[in-house]
Amino acid sequence: MYHNEISKERKIYLKKERRNKIAVTLCRVFFIVAFIAVWEIGGHLGFIDTFVLSQPSRILGVFADFKENQLLLHIGTTLFETAVGFLLGVVIGCFLAVLLWWSPFLSKVSEPYLVILNSLPKIALGPVIIIWAGAGTRAIIFMALAISMIVTVLEMLNGFNNTDKELIRMLETFKANRLQIFTKIVLPYNIETLFNSLKINIGLSLVGVIAGEFLVSKAGLGYLIVYGGQVFKMDLVMASVLILAAAAAILYEVIVITQKLALKYINHR
Amino acid sequence: MNKILEVSHIKVCYQAVNGEVEAIRDVSFSVSEGEFISIVGPSGCGKSTLLSAVAGVTPVSEGKILLSGREVSEVSDDIAYMLQKDNLLPWRSIRKNVLLGLEIRGMITEENLSYADNLLKAYGLWEFRDKYPSQLSGGMRQRAALIRTLAVRPKVLLLDEAFSALDYQTRLAVTDDVYKILKKEKQTALIVTHDIPESISMSDRVIVLSKRPAVIRNIYTTEFDIPDRSPLLCRDHAAFGEYFNQIWKELDVHVS
Repeated sequence: MYHNEISKERKIYLKKERRNKIAVTLCRVFFIVAFIAVWEIGGHLGFIDTFVLSQPSRILGVFADFKENQLLLHIGTTLFETAVGFLLGVVIGCFLAVLLWWSPFLSKVSEPYLVILNSLPKIALGPVIIIWAGAGTRAIIFMALAISMIVTVLEMLNGFNNTDKELIRMLETFKANRLQIFTKIVLPYNIETLFNSLKINIGLSLVGVIAGEFLVSKAGLGYLIVYGGQVFKMDLVMASVLILAAAAAILYEVIVITQKLALKYINHR
Repeated sequence: MNKILEVSHIKVCYQAVNGEVEAIRDVSFSVSEGEFISIVGPSGCGKSTLLSAVAGVTPVSEGKILLSGREVSEVSDDIAYMLQKDNLLPWRSIRKNVLLGLEIRGMITEENLSYADNLLKAYGLWEFRDKYPSQLSGGMRQRAALIRTLAVRPKVLLLDEAFSALDYQTRLAVTDDVYKILKKEKQTALIVTHDIPESISMSDRVIVLSKRPAVIRNIYTTEFDIPDRSPLLCRDHAAFGEYFNQIWKELDVHVS
């Protein structure tokens, strides 16, 4: 039973909850502010070596000189490669997952290969990929694709195979064919699986792109990190890492928001 | 009344890893149009296999099954199933759920749409047609599932433990509801259940099967002199207990 008037106990409970929430936020802010302050002051006082660890104010300087440092070009390059690798990984991965769901025989045959490919550190394929795809953007996208695709296949196939058997049986009682079972039940049932896979893949695509840029690139955040490390410009390295962290968080949030909107629209579970 | 379904001397075997299993042996019975028949038997005796054979899902090794005079050799459009759970798709509105069978069978026509809409209107779901399954009670969901099967206008409706997932109180109400709808629609139905009271109260005849391989031990015609018969009224009738005792003895169930 709900009452319009809030009881004393309810008020205490709500107050406690609100206090807890504020405390968590304050602690989060405190830790990051304290971290930056200690880093900055430590650099000024000399107990932190700014040559090795850089300094917040110097990192800000890199951002201020974004034109000179061509930050927009590097950010754009990495984002473009990530987007292409991610989209290709999702599309090809989903297509293969559908194919394997469609043919349980093919799925059984490919199972050990998929397991091995999934466990293999794809970065080891770097030199091979460069020889196959050439030393350029294609190799970087290929690396991102190699890392994200297998995970998509396994994640989606697992979702497809775990679709409620009773729902499928219900459809079969109406003499549904495989295509109808897929479009009416399996696909809508796995919308959440798809978004979970996208969330994992966006991070993995970034990993693939940065790894690719480490190996072969003339632009991009990975290139900037390697270049900064080679010429001991730690301000540039730290600034690039920060941009990368922000980009990863923003891309992840974009998927979370899209998921919320999509589920609100199609899913009434 | 016309015989719509004739099962004569069927034997059903299936292949398991450990060998061949004989599930049904020499089972014969017939069902008249509009009749409601229950099949009861010990757990794992082959009740659901018998239903699958009638639906054409499981092939028979011997004997034959005739539906409207034609031998059943594959899944028939004239048969519809109602399973344990309502299996309504949570992402579809109630009306779209009800139309699912018609969509699958490629039977979306003006006439069929208006038939399905009329069923929704007749059984109190029209106002809920744009709602989603999660917004309906268990009983209403089961009713929507029943309308989904009736919408394809099957000659015979098969109910495989259709109410066993419901809690006891809802189950009593839902069986009463389903029975009234099926009788009003003059729907021929074959129900498999492990619930003896449900079988007696809902059906015109109760087929009692033995342990596997299932043979028919007896067929009881349940007669209650009640003007507007319904499962709940049957449960109050003096003859109900008598039928129960006879079928219970026939099943010969022991805890071992």
